[in-house]
Amino acid sequence: MNTPRNPVSALGGWTLGTISGVGYFTRFLGALLARSGIALRRPRLVSQQVHFIGNYSLLIIAVSGMFVGFVLGLQGYYTLNRYGSEEALGLLVALSLVRELGPVVTALLFAGRAGTSLTAEIGLMKAGEQIAAMEVMAVDPMRRVLVPRFWGGVIAMPILAAVFSMVGILGGWVVGVVLIGVDAGAFWSQMQSGVDVWKDVLNGVVKSLVFGVSVTLVALYEGWQARPTPEGVARATTRTVVVGSLAVLGLDFLLTALMFGN
Amino acid sequence: MSRAKTDFWVGLFVLLGFAALVFLALRAGNLSSFSFAPTYQLTANFDNIGGLKVRAPVKSAGVVVGRISRIGFDNQTFQAVVTLDMDTSYQFPKDSSASILTSGLLGEQYLGLVPGAEDENFADGGKIRYTQSAVVLEQLISQFLYGTAEKQGNASNAAPDGAAPPPAAR
Repeated sequence: MNTPRNPVSALGGWTLGTISGVGYFTRFLGALLARSGIALRRPRLVSQQVHFIGNYSLLIIAVSGMFVGFVLGLQGYYTLNRYGSEEALGLLVALSLVRELGPVVTALLFAGRAGTSLTAEIGLMKAGEQIAAMEVMAVDPMRRVLVPRFWGGVIAMPILAAVFSMVGILGGWVVGVVLIGVDAGAFWSQMQSGVDVWKDVLNGVVKSLVFGVSVTLVALYEGWQARPTPEGVARATTRTVVVGSLAVLGLDFLLTALMFGN
Repeated sequence: MSRAKTDFWVGLFVLLGFAALVFLALRAGNLSSFSFAPTYQLTANFDNIGGLKVRAPVKSAGVVVGRISRIGFDNQTFQAVVTLDMDTSYQFPKDSSASILTSGLLGEQYLGLVPGAEDENFADGGKIRYTQSAVVLEQLISQFLYGTAEKQGNASNAAPDGAAPPPAAR
């Protein structure tokens, strides 16, 4: 790897490495799904992970959602006020939260708050040879360690995104209606007439589900293939945030184009 | 942490998620405007439906009496075929007329139903015969422009001695 090579063979090596990395990632997903039966047989393992991933992330998600709602309320009011249509504030806040900001910001925070802890935990398990010990005891570590974490993350993420959107809308309401004085009836009725349950709310939930799968998967993958050294775990944790966030943003563009572009 | 305690907090977390979803669906979304009341269907042909959308409201005297369930195109008459889901508790005479209106200046378009005078009511699958298309702003403006130009032309023809009224006065 470190020996000087000519650029052509370096490019070839990089291409081959990338392709086989994608292949290994896909195989990793397949292996996780194939072992998912344990999530049904021992649901308590999953609920422990939902507690670890979801409950502990709740506070940061709720507080961020509240402030995002505050800012949307303020900024939206100043912009809409210019066109004399500040009644549409509720619609603006709700649509931007439910369709975009709720799932995306939650997923970014989720990658930072829960994804890193998953990666570090698994990487340290590997460094402490706990994973190897499990294998010696004929316990499949992928089944026992990874599958509950995967499903815990997939379950927790849509719930967190829904809480984020709800708190954000309430935050927008606090700023818009309580502090600035937009008419409360117009705020809610414009929101209700403009937000469609299936097209907006349900698609937001689908988005957050997809983001939950991708962020959790990236976090587990990075932890699983981290080099079992302090530096390796540190690198894997960083890569979880970088790759997870980029995956979320890229997928968000794709999903938005699929769902709302007609 | 003991198992029972974990279960309690996870349960609370999941319930909070459900509450948030219900809030989004009912308070922020339009699930509450979905009615599960029995409906009957009507169809109406329009020359132009403008910006009418599926699930737009059907209003009579300003009250929502149904929703638009489908918009299609008739290959024979080259007209738009709009299917309406009407609430069974609201019955309309057979000679009622439908027109496409806009709420506010730039609001969403809806279908306005003006009841007729006939004794017999619409049956399920009935067809509204009297329809009025959406107003297209461009056509309106061009009509107005042509009308003004024509008037000006007539006025200058009628009074060639230079006694024509100023063009702005009608």
